[in-house]
Amino acid sequence: MNEHQQTLWEFMRQQSDKLLMQTLQHIGLTFISLIIAVVIGLPLGIWITRKKYFSGIVLGTAGVLQTIPSIALLGFMIPLLGIGIKPAIVALLLYALLPIIRNTYTGITGVDVAVKEAALAMGMNKWQILFKVELPLAMPVILAGIRTATVINVGVATLASYIAAGGLGEFIFGGISLNNTNMILAGAIPAALLAILFDFLLSRLQYFNFRKIKTATATLPLLLIILASFYFIPSAYGGKLKAGFTPEFMGRQDGNLGLESKYGLKVHPIVISDAVMYEAAYERQLDVISGYSTDGRLKAYDLIVLDDDKKIFPPYYAAPIVRQDALKRLPELENALNLLSGKITDSIMSDLNYRTDYLHQSPERVAEDFLKSHRLLKPLRNGSNGTVRIGSKIFGEQYILASMYTMLIKGYTDYDVTTKTGLGGTKICFDALNNNQIDLYPEYTGTGLLAILQPPSKAIDSLIADNNKTYNYVASEFGKKYGIKWLKPIGFNNAYALMMREKQAKQLNIKTISDLKRYLESNP
Amino acid sequence: MIRVEQLSKHFGSIKAVDGISFEVGDREKLILLGTSGCGKTTTLKMINRLIEPTSGNVFIDGKNIFDQSPEILRRGIGYVLQNNGLFPHYTVGENIAIVPQLLKWDGKRIEKRVAELMEKLHLSKDQLKAYPNELSGGEQQRVGLARALVADPPVLLMDEPFGALDNVTRSKIHAEFKALDELKRKTIIMVTHDVQEAFELGDRICLMDKGKIVQIGTPADLLFKPVNHFVQSFLKEQRLQLEFKAVRIKDIWGLLPHAKKTGDTGLNADITVWSGLENFKSQQADHLNITHENETRSVGFEQLITAFYKYQNGRAHE
Repeated sequence: MNEHQQTLWEFMRQQSDKLLMQTLQHIGLTFISLIIAVVIGLPLGIWITRKKYFSGIVLGTAGVLQTIPSIALLGFMIPLLGIGIKPAIVALLLYALLPIIRNTYTGITGVDVAVKEAALAMGMNKWQILFKVELPLAMPVILAGIRTATVINVGVATLASYIAAGGLGEFIFGGISLNNTNMILAGAIPAALLAILFDFLLSRLQYFNFRKIKTATATLPLLLIILASFYFIPSAYGGKLKAGFTPEFMGRQDGNLGLESKYGLKVHPIVISDAVMYEAAYERQLDVISGYSTDGRLKAYDLIVLDDDKKIFPPYYAAPIVRQDALKRLPELENALNLLSGKITDSIMSDLNYRTDYLHQSPERVAEDFLKSHRLLKPLRNGSNGTVRIGSKIFGEQYILASMYTMLIKGYTDYDVTTKTGLGGTKICFDALNNNQIDLYPEYTGTGLLAILQPPSKAIDSLIADNNKTYNYVASEFGKKYGIKWLKPIGFNNAYALMMREKQAKQLNIKTISDLKRYLESNP
Repeated sequence: MIRVEQLSKHFGSIKAVDGISFEVGDREKLILLGTSGCGKTTTLKMINRLIEPTSGNVFIDGKNIFDQSPEILRRGIGYVLQNNGLFPHYTVGENIAIVPQLLKWDGKRIEKRVAELMEKLHLSKDQLKAYPNELSGGEQQRVGLARALVADPPVLLMDEPFGALDNVTRSKIHAEFKALDELKRKTIIMVTHDVQEAFELGDRICLMDKGKIVQIGTPADLLFKPVNHFVQSFLKEQRLQLEFKAVRIKDIWGLLPHAKKTGDTGLNADITVWSGLENFKSQQADHLNITHENETRSVGFEQLITAFYKYQNGRAHE
């Protein structure tokens, strides 16, 4: 990865298929929701000009909806509507409502009273007045509202990728989690350009004079429908099994890219947030998902891991990594930490994770129960011979490990412990360790190799096929480069994995990723 | 014929119109005159049901207007507004054609009628496709008038139709208004606060105050037989000019010298003294030929003025 820094242009060319698809989806999402918002907002706006009493309530409610943070709104939608396009569209249309209702209301109430009176006096009925007088005259203001709504929607639609509705957010959030600037820009720049483009086009429409406004009013709905249909063009793809991967997995060599190049597996996955992926698999909205082999939800949702028979997923064996100066300063520390080594297998870890992630037991309780059952728990010694600073990343497994280490250190040594848990990601955690803000945290061999050391890709290929090689490589490199020691592995391997529902996998007789590929090829 | 009976409109405790009754004959021009807030516009708007009355009835040609749907009623009544109320998004042609469109005339008929009115109202054909904002104020008002006249309704309601125009344009339009044959066949109720306009255009004037009718009668009645001090003071400032406008030459025919002139007929004695005086100026003549009941007399400027004052003195001593 160090040999050649990929330019943005190269990335966009290489990913042009995906970029096009995401752009089309993005346009589609924006306009499907916009059409529905117009269909709801316009009549509502008209209605409150007739029933002024309700105008405050309607505008107020739409205003409140507008202030809900977009991620929160999407979150509210999942329990109601599941994942995919439906909740995304509902969330987007709720944001688009306010400008449309408000501008319809303002536009119509702003029509010259004399003109309305003339229309009435000519003998027009209320529908004729609405369609021949009020709407045409309010049209510039209404169009301004639609324009605002469009720009809002282009922006908020980037978040749709969180709930597997696609769009340019796939690149943006994939890029953020992979720390890949090109990927972020490949999503962000087209999204910005779309916003500018639609804003410009609608502004042209808005300043049409009356001569052209009839044509404009007629073409607009047609245009909106065409743009909205873009969403459905990409969905013509797709095999028999539906796959959903996290944005991070999509962009990694040891993820979807590897699946394509090493296995030749093309599943046309949709992109979905880790938070809802497992549940979606359980509810049969997805058949194949990416995940972590020790994830507690494996157990909760009856999923099984497909065997990585071609070894594209590097080993992610967990081990505490500790500053060497801390080990010197606190000589009893290493033994205490090594008490856990070899004690936790994949299935045990998965079970522990299940208890925190799914049963919502506290990490401390889970840690304590485990240590008790393995006769490792000792009464606290309340020592004051020094302080150990323990860090952890921001997910359940790391909290459990940090709690176990805390209890072990307090029980077996005379040191006190402070914890800094919930350090965002690998980068933040490692920087904290490297800058001597913490003494240790649990890390994974694969992460150490790929995210921190980042050796040339040839070296990676030869290393990841063998667990011991990987461990030895990261242990020696960390020692040399950073003065950080990898202690003995804890036992489990929290690697990337492909998962399926156990029942379906058995039915289709799929055990390995190669089986999956064969199945897809024989059932196109 | 329009008959208004005990018509009232209350806005809360305010009696905007308080039980008024009057009649307007066929082809008569009645002017509702008064200060702002006297209830004249409310009265007018109740006749085409833009405002629904609190109580009372209105009959047009014997039919109670409240027995018809408001839309159908309004399509049969021409309406001209002060600020013209033209549709800014319609061309001049489209604006004029609104009522025929509602009445579902066929396209040819509409086209012909619009062209006819455009010509009568001195609007050029090029303006057919123009939008209202491309016209002058006077032109806009003429389009508003054409729009009201297009379906040839027997009744025309006018709400300060010339109020937004400057004086020069207004007097020009007044002249056209009086000359327009289409208007001569109409029963017209017009609202104005301009006394001059009322005297110039009205057959009868209905002077209103605080929602009630103070006096209803011909311009001459109001001038020479005011019922109370209010009427007198309302007309005081422009009295002389009004009197010239209120008196027709035929009214003072007997006071004019009998200097007979045979041969050509002259001006119709139906014109007011004011327009007779104006004719001296415009024709640059010493004498005018004026015809009344097949008799034509040659009248000098001084003679006309003298006759008018004699007439005035006579009225004052009645």
